[in-house]
Amino acid sequence: MTSVAAASPLLSVRDLSVAFRHATGENLAVDRISFDIRKGETLALVGESGSGKSVTALSVMKLLPYPAARHPSGAILFNGTNLLDLGENAIRRVRGANITIIFQEPMTSLNPLHTIERQITEILLLHRRGTGATRARVIELLSQVGIPDPQSRLASYPHQLSGGQRQRVMIAMALANEPDLLIADEPTTALDVTVQAQILTLLKELQSRLGMAMLFITHDLGIVRKIAERVCVMKDGKIVEHGEVERVFAQPQHPYTRELLAAEPKPDPAPPNPTAPVILATDDLKVWFPIRRGLLRRTVGHIKAVDGINIEIRKGETLGVVGESGSGKTTLGLAVLRLISSQGPIVFMGQGLQGLKFKAMRPIRRDMQIVFQDPYGSLSPRMSVSDIIEEGLWVHHPDMAAPERERRVIQALNDVGLAAESRFRYPHEFSGGQRQRIAVARAVVLEPTFVVLDEPTSALDMLIQAQIVALLRALQKRRDLTYMFISHDLRVVAALASRVVVMRHGKVVEEGAAADLFARQQSPYTRALFAAAFNLETAGEDATAQ
Amino acid sequence: MDAAVKPAEAAPVTPGGLMAPPPRRARLSPINRRRWQNFKANRRGFYSLWLFLFLFLISLFAEFIANDKPFLVEYDGKYYVPALFTYAETTFGGDFETAADYRDPYLQKLIAARAAYMLWPPIRYSYDTYNRDLPTPAPSKPTWLLTEDQCRPVAEKIGGSTCRDLEWNWLGTDDQGRDVVARLIYGFRISVLFGLSLTLISSIIGIAAGAVQGYFGGWIDLLFQRFIEIWTSVPSLYLLLIISSVLVPGFFVLLGILLLFSWVSLVGLVRAEFLRGRNFEYIQAARALGVSNRTIMFRHLLPNAMVATMTYLPFIVSSSVITLTALDFLGFGLPPGSPSLGELVAQSKGNLQAWWLGLTAFLTIAIMLSLLVFAGEAVRDAFDPRKTFR
Repeated sequence: MTSVAAASPLLSVRDLSVAFRHATGENLAVDRISFDIRKGETLALVGESGSGKSVTALSVMKLLPYPAARHPSGAILFNGTNLLDLGENAIRRVRGANITIIFQEPMTSLNPLHTIERQITEILLLHRRGTGATRARVIELLSQVGIPDPQSRLASYPHQLSGGQRQRVMIAMALANEPDLLIADEPTTALDVTVQAQILTLLKELQSRLGMAMLFITHDLGIVRKIAERVCVMKDGKIVEHGEVERVFAQPQHPYTRELLAAEPKPDPAPPNPTAPVILATDDLKVWFPIRRGLLRRTVGHIKAVDGINIEIRKGETLGVVGESGSGKTTLGLAVLRLISSQGPIVFMGQGLQGLKFKAMRPIRRDMQIVFQDPYGSLSPRMSVSDIIEEGLWVHHPDMAAPERERRVIQALNDVGLAAESRFRYPHEFSGGQRQRIAVARAVVLEPTFVVLDEPTSALDMLIQAQIVALLRALQKRRDLTYMFISHDLRVVAALASRVVVMRHGKVVEEGAAADLFARQQSPYTRALFAAAFNLETAGEDATAQ
Repeated sequence: MDAAVKPAEAAPVTPGGLMAPPPRRARLSPINRRRWQNFKANRRGFYSLWLFLFLFLISLFAEFIANDKPFLVEYDGKYYVPALFTYAETTFGGDFETAADYRDPYLQKLIAARAAYMLWPPIRYSYDTYNRDLPTPAPSKPTWLLTEDQCRPVAEKIGGSTCRDLEWNWLGTDDQGRDVVARLIYGFRISVLFGLSLTLISSIIGIAAGAVQGYFGGWIDLLFQRFIEIWTSVPSLYLLLIISSVLVPGFFVLLGILLLFSWVSLVGLVRAEFLRGRNFEYIQAARALGVSNRTIMFRHLLPNAMVATMTYLPFIVSSSVITLTALDFLGFGLPPGSPSLGELVAQSKGNLQAWWLGLTAFLTIAIMLSLLVFAGEAVRDAFDPRKTFR
C-alpha cells in the first residue's frame, strides 16, 4: 500500500476552474489549472494579487463562499478522493486534520477573546475523540514552533503576543493534528523581515521533521527560491509556467516569468551631494506619547516613538529611513511634516517649523508633500481622481482659473504615467499600482520640493513595485525633488536612497551613505536586518530579539 | 448625497483642445449607482417607497381632494378660486360680509342661478366641516352601511329618497360629525410633514454635534458627551407636559419641544464615524495638503458618516410620527380641532361602539409605518457594503 501512495501524488489538482457570480455576471478567477504535490514536498504558487493563487488554496479546503463561487470544471484528488465531491461533514473531517491552512494576517486569524490554550485545544478536540493529555500536547506544540516558555504562555490572549509569535501559534494550530498537507497563504507577508526569516526557517525545519507536504503561496520570488522545490507561476487564473525551482529561475520559459524575475528594482539612487543646500534638518527631534495613569491622569512615563533624531536632507537627495514596524520611522515622517506634534527644532528650507500655527503652516505645505503606504486607504473613495488631485490646488491657488487647474491636473497625471481621461473616474476603478500613481500625482501637482514617501511600495506586487520605483526616480530627476523614503524593504531602499538611516526603538542605530552601508554594516542589528532581507537568513537572532 | 457634497466647481470645464469628459449618467458615482441597484433589488422596499411617496404627494394636495369649498367657480363670467382665496358671501349675491359658506343650500342656490359651473373636489368635506345632516347621531356609520330607513329622513330633506342621494361619508364621521376620510388625508399630511421636518432638523443638529465631537475629540468630546448624558436623562414627557401648559401647543411649538430631545439620537453614531474616519490616510493626506478642518469635515468625513446616518433616517421618521401620534392621543399634541391620527385613536377609544374609527386609525397608522420601515430596510440594505447578490 505504501508503495502505491508514494508513487501517486498526495494532492492532485486536475483542470480546476473557479468562477464567482456577481451582480452583472460571472468572472473566472481560476482557469483550468493542474498541479501535483507529492508527499513531503513543497510547491510554491507565485503570482501577483488577483492572479487566483489564494482562491486555488481556498478551493482545496472548500472554503470559498459557495454558492456565489462554483467550479465549472476540475477535480481535487487528495489521497485519491475528490474533495469537491465531499459533503460538508466529510470535508470538515479533512480540514484541520489532514489539510490545514495558515493565513496571511496573524492579527485577525486568532480569536481575540480566547486564550492560546483554548484555541489550540479546540482543534485537538474537534478531530480526536480522546481528551487526555491535551495540555501536554499543546505545550509540546508550542515548544515545537519555538515559543519561549510555553507553559506560561498558555493563558495568554492573542493581543499579548507579537505578530511573529501569533503566526507561530497559527502554525502550532495547523500542525496540531499532524496534517499531511499544510497550505501556507502568504504566511510572512505581514511580518517584519527578521521575523519573516525566522518563520520561514521554522516552517522548513518542521516540514522535514514531520514529513508533510506544503503548498506555499507567495508573491515574493526570494521566498520561493529559499523554501520550495517546485514552483507554479500564475497569471490571470492560469498557470503559465511550472517546474523545478532551479530550472525556472535559471531558464524561465514564459515571458511573464522572465518579467517577474527581472522585476527586482535596480539600484540607481541619486548620488549624495554634500554641497547642495540643506532642505530639511532636525535637531534632537522627539515624539513622546505620555502614558497617563490613575484618577488624576498623571503622566507616569512616555512611549518614545521618536527619541532624539538628527537628520539632514540635502536638495536632490533621497534619505532612506529603514526599520522594523514599531521603530518609529513613520512617526518621524509625520513629525517632520508637522502632522503630529513633536519637540525639537525642524528647519525646512531655512525656516523653523516648530510652533507655527495651522494657518502659518499652510503656505509651507505647498513645498512638502507625503505619499502614504496604502493606496486603498489614502484616496477618498467618494471623490473623482480629478477632485482628489486638484484639492491641493484649491487650497494653495484659490484664484487659479479652471482651465489652468485642469492643465495642471493633466500634467500631473501624465507625469505619473496615467491617461488624462482617467481624471473623471473614481479610485475603486483603478488597480493598486495605479492608485499609488494617483497618490503621487496628488503630491507632485503642487510642485513641491520635498516629498515624504511612507512605504509607498509595500502594499504592491513586485512588478508594480519596480514600476513605482522607476517612476519616483524619473520624477526626482525631472523635477529635482528631495525625498525622504521610509521603508522596511531594503531592496527598494537600495534602489532609491542616497543616504540611509537605520532606526530601532525610536533611535538611530546606524547611518551613512547608502553605498557604504549596503556594502558594510557596523552594528549587529543592522547586519541581522540585512541578512534577513537579502538572504532570508536568521543570522544573529539574538541581535533582533526584543 | 455625493452630489450635494461635491462642490459645483467639480463640473469639468472643457476649453478647446482638452478631452471632453464622458457623459455623466445622472451624476451618480458608481458606488451610488450600485446602491440604487441594490435598493431596486429589494422589491418590497422599492414599491413601499413609491407607494409612500404617492400617498404623501396626494396628501400634499389635500385642499383639492377634500374641501368644503369648490376649487373653481364661474360666476357672472368671472372666475373665482375659493379653495385658495376667501370671498365674502356678498360676492355671490348673499346678504352678509362674512366668508361664503359654499355648503349652505341658500348660497348654493344663489350661485347656481348665475354660475356656469362650480367645480367641487371629490370629497366635499374639509377636516373641520361638521356634517349637519347626519342620518344617525354622531359618530355616524359609513354611509354604505346605513339602512334605507336611517337615510330616508335626511335624503328627503335634500329632495332625494335613498341613501344614494346623500353626501357620502365613506368611512363615517367622528363624534363631532366630521368626515373621517377628510380628517385622515389632512392628518396623514401633518404627521408626515411633522416627521420629516423633525428628522431633518434633528439630523442637521445631531450630525453637526457628532461631527465636531468626533473630529476634534479630547476635551470637547468629553464635555459634550457628559452634557448629552445629563440631557438624555431629563424625563422628556414631564417636561413636555410642563411646557405645553405654558405655551400654546401648535405645530412649531411641538416641533421645537421634541427637537430639544430628538437631536441626540444621531450624535453617537456620527461621532463614532468621525472618530474612525479622522485617522484614515486620506484625511492625513488632506491635512498634509493644508486643507482646513472645516473642508476636511465636509468633503472627506461627512460622506462617510452619511452612510451610517442614511440607514437610520427612515426609522427616525417613523419614530417621530409615532411620537406625534402618541402626544395627540394623550391630548398634549396639536391644538383641539386639528386633524391628527392620534386624535382619531383617542376618539375610537372614547367610542368603542364606533368600530370604524378604531379600524381606520389602526390601518392607517399600521400601513404608513410599515411602508416607512420597509423602505428603511431597503435603504439600509442598499448602503450595506457587504451585501452580496444571490
